[in-house]
Amino acid sequence: MKSTVQSILRNGTGWLLPALIVLAWEIAARTGLISPNVMAAPSAVAEAFWRLLLSGELVRNIGVSTARALSGFVIGGSIGLIFGLANGLSGLSRNLTDTTLQMVRNIPHLALIPLVILWFGIDEEAKLFLVALGVFFPIYVNTLLGIQSVDPQLVEMGRVYGMSRTTLFFRVILPGALPAIFVGLRYALGIMWLTLIVAETIAASSGLGYMAMQAREFLLIDVVVLSILIYALLGKLADSFARLLERLTLQWHPAFQTA
Amino acid sequence: MSVIALNPKSEAPVNATRETAEARALRETSPGQWFPYAAPQPRARDTRENAFSFRGISRKFGDKTVLDNIDLDVPAGQFIAVIGKSGCGKSTLLRLLTGLDKPTSGTLTVNKGTAGENRTRIMFQEPRLLPWAKIAKNVEVGLTGIAKGAEAREKSLAILNEVGLADRAEEWPSVLSGGQRQRVALARALVAHPYILALDEPLGALDALTRIEMQQLLERIWLQQTFTAVLVTHDVAEAVALADRVIVIDHGRIALDLDIPLERPRRHGSPELARLEGQILDTLFGEKAG
Ligand SMILES: Nc1ncnc2c1ncn2[C@@H]1O[C@H](COP(=O)(O)OP(=O)(O)OP(=O)(O)O)[C@@H](O)[C@H]1O
Ligand SMILES: [Mg+2]
Repeated sequence: MKSTVQSILRNGTGWLLPALIVLAWEIAARTGLISPNVMAAPSAVAEAFWRLLLSGELVRNIGVSTARALSGFVIGGSIGLIFGLANGLSGLSRNLTDTTLQMVRNIPHLALIPLVILWFGIDEEAKLFLVALGVFFPIYVNTLLGIQSVDPQLVEMGRVYGMSRTTLFFRVILPGALPAIFVGLRYALGIMWLTLIVAETIAASSGLGYMAMQAREFLLIDVVVLSILIYALLGKLADSFARLLERLTLQWHPAFQTA
Repeated sequence: MSVIALNPKSEAPVNATRETAEARALRETSPGQWFPYAAPQPRARDTRENAFSFRGISRKFGDKTVLDNIDLDVPAGQFIAVIGKSGCGKSTLLRLLTGLDKPTSGTLTVNKGTAGENRTRIMFQEPRLLPWAKIAKNVEVGLTGIAKGAEAREKSLAILNEVGLADRAEEWPSVLSGGQRQRVALARALVAHPYILALDEPLGALDALTRIEMQQLLERIWLQQTFTAVLVTHDVAEAVALADRVIVIDHGRIALDLDIPLERPRRHGSPELARLEGQILDTLFGEKAG
């Protein structure tokens, strides 16, 4: 009983400051300290949220954006994982492709937006391409790094005990590379949202970014702020999911052992 | 945790050769009762066939000759210790024996034992446990390609019991102490009943007390099972306490090949052990010490 109270208090203290800020913000907006065409009051944002929720616009746009984000992530992430694994396991493959990939990596993927618009227009492919490209590199680099940092002594041990190549991969190499792969995964999730926001604000006819841009044209500051908040929330959600996955699969790791 | 009797010194062996109280108990009781996976077979070490032999084995790294024309026959079931200064090629010898490395010249014959498969196991200086596998799963690695599922689990629990870690089967390696991890590594090496067990300074990193405990555990299990043990060590006292035979490697050659005909269990610090120890140290550092 006492411990639950304590844990609420402990978790609660982190929320104290945000709550105070929101309160101060509301007061400032109400008293006219902040002009309504600079920043919407929290209550106005909440109202916009309710309005868009009822009209179904919000759910539809969140759905569109999430679907884009995830499909881009799956495409880019799996290609990155495949290249990372292949280049980590085979010297031939690494010699063939790594230099090229490292060169491409130095181009900021958002710099390709004009080119991408020329290629795909503002269709879905444009967004998928950008997200996939953005997600590819963190996954690729970290998977490669993870495999290269697997303890060679453990690999030798596996060989001595007669493990086949597949067994060696699934029992020794992959689990050893997993912590690094997770670092790449979390990094990639961040890039995924970032890329999508930029792509949707510049070239889209639906989605959260589009919603924010529309609202800007009609000077609906409350909707703009709402979109930003929802982006933040979705980013946080993706990160929490990755952390959960990490905690479940890396139980052996001293950093994840509780008690 | 249950206290395990390390090196029971109860009855002295009747004839001074090899038959200890434990070996007799092993022969006379039913297999399941004493040690479930060491069925009392005719003891391989009595037949005196060779477990392995090196014939004119050399190993060079570039121009550097590490092993130079080594001839060595080791009878099955023998406990042989290999001593030498750091960098003299002891690990190289074990790597050749376990097939991790190939000789530059010479022939190496390794027998397979009755099981048919090549069950040469090596225990490294580090435990080399998989951090992402529970203790029992780590031991099961020793049964790769030999047993699976429930059978593998049963065998690994039995051998963990043997090394006194049965109650830790479901824990992660990271929570064990160094000595306990090395015992898990020993269990993993032994679970498939190796014909030859090569040990590369497995106790080097342990503190003195844990070391003695591990030595006794090793001797006890070696007496129960019938494997051939090749122990590389820096510790001359450890070599004469455990081995039937000690070889000293110097400048790539076998500088001394010494039988240790003392009965077991041996007492640390007995005069004979001290004399043999002195003889080995003389070979290593020239006669001036003697
Ligand atoms: N792969 C290799 N390439 C080149 N030289 C090697 C290689 N492996 C071993 N050596 C050399 O062979 C010599 C013997 O090495 P080895 O590891 O067998 O020594 P050791 O007797 O086990 O020493 P220690 O007691 O310190 O473990 C050393 O001089 C070492 O530098
Ligand atoms: Mg060595």
